[in-house]
Amino acid sequence: MSNRQTVDARNTFCPGPLMELIAALRASTVGDEVEVLSSDKGSIDDIPAWTRKVGHTLVSSDNRGDHFAFIIRKAK
Amino acid sequence: MRTRILIIGGGLAGTIVANGLVRRLATEIRAGDASITVLGNTPKHMYQPGLLYVPFGRAREQELFREERSVLDRRISLVVDAATRIDVANNRVHAKSGRSFDYDYLVIATGSRLAPELVPGLTENAHQFYDLPGAKKLRDALVDFKGGRIVLNVNAPHKCPVAPVEMALMLDEFLRDRGLSGKFEITYTYPIGRLHALEPLATWMVPEFERRGIKSQTFFNTQAVDGTAKTINSEEGDTLPYDLLITIPPHRGAQVIEDSGMGKMGWVPTNPKTLLCDGTKNVFVVGDTTNIPISKAGSTAHFEADTVVENLALLVQEGRWSRDYDGKVFCFIETGMNTGTHMWFNYTTPPRPSPPTQTVHWFKLAYNRMYWLSASGLL
Repeated sequence: MSNRQTVDARNTFCPGPLMELIAALRASTVGDEVEVLSSDKGSIDDIPAWTRKVGHTLVSSDNRGDHFAFIIRKAK
Repeated sequence: MRTRILIIGGGLAGTIVANGLVRRLATEIRAGDASITVLGNTPKHMYQPGLLYVPFGRAREQELFREERSVLDRRISLVVDAATRIDVANNRVHAKSGRSFDYDYLVIATGSRLAPELVPGLTENAHQFYDLPGAKKLRDALVDFKGGRIVLNVNAPHKCPVAPVEMALMLDEFLRDRGLSGKFEITYTYPIGRLHALEPLATWMVPEFERRGIKSQTFFNTQAVDGTAKTINSEEGDTLPYDLLITIPPHRGAQVIEDSGMGKMGWVPTNPKTLLCDGTKNVFVVGDTTNIPISKAGSTAHFEADTVVENLALLVQEGRWSRDYDGKVFCFIETGMNTGTHMWFNYTTPPRPSPPTQTVHWFKLAYNRMYWLSASGLL
């Protein structure tokens, strides 16, 4: 059964949401999901772009007003 | 009844907490009502940022180390023994020697460690400067380097986020000063889609890299290194050839954290404001050890340690809380062999780097010496 963890990277400037996502996926196994919360507008582009480029699965992306939430499933 | 404070880790964070607490709790310690013990796995204290200068022959080994006993206030007990298991439920820490330590308050400052083994081929084929043997080996390699392709490879997560940038700029200048202009090429790889996690720094780096001819490959998360073909390839599908490979390897937390079941990859789930280990009221976490999504850096450890000192001292003395950690981080950034800049930020204020100057470079060199006052709790 897959696990899901949440990384709350809102209002953090370094290393930032995508670096935190990469680190979290490194610690995960295939099938696990990572939810990333980000208040960085740049995440709208860079998280889905990186997820596609590497070949993981973008399960959902959600604009929650003051932040964005992405769920990514580790595919390899 | 005596309040027993146990600090695991004799690095920057643990040492500042210990020295700060001993001053705040001087009366209680003198009366025998409080005690402070540091449990560290080495008798030496190393100034880690000094490692950046070792590959360029600009730091002497003896400048980087002091006896931890000499850095700690004499009223603090220092036990050199490796913690092997933290039993939060029973307020007890077990050590390699077989001894165990009971506590009323625990401060976990076990730091991070290099984990090149997470990437196949990285350990055997890449240089690194994040520990002394690696920095010395790289120094030797640079002495022998006559030209060719250098790949400076950054992996996540890693501590000291600006060190890779400093290495790129200092290395470029160092090799030019050695008369190798036109004979080498540096390619800097970074895990995300820009040159640095700190956006203003990434923006500043673009023209700086162009001016120097430093190439870059973003969205590069290392998959493996082939030492025979001398190539490094990424999960994103890119392959780069190299003659000299320098890596900032991925990091993980201390083994004792993983062995105690306290956090994946050795990072302890920690409240970003109180710095309390999740689910506890008497276990603080400082420095690289936390899973807080901010820079793993000396200044982070320092500002977190200051917060823990104030809160823990007031909890012991008055049973109340003082203040929350505001996420403050401060970085010096060497922008060459003779110039530097700096920036700070916290949970609410974004970073804004100032233009590089020689004065800031000198100030960083001065701080390299003043560090020991900082660890002693005097600065």
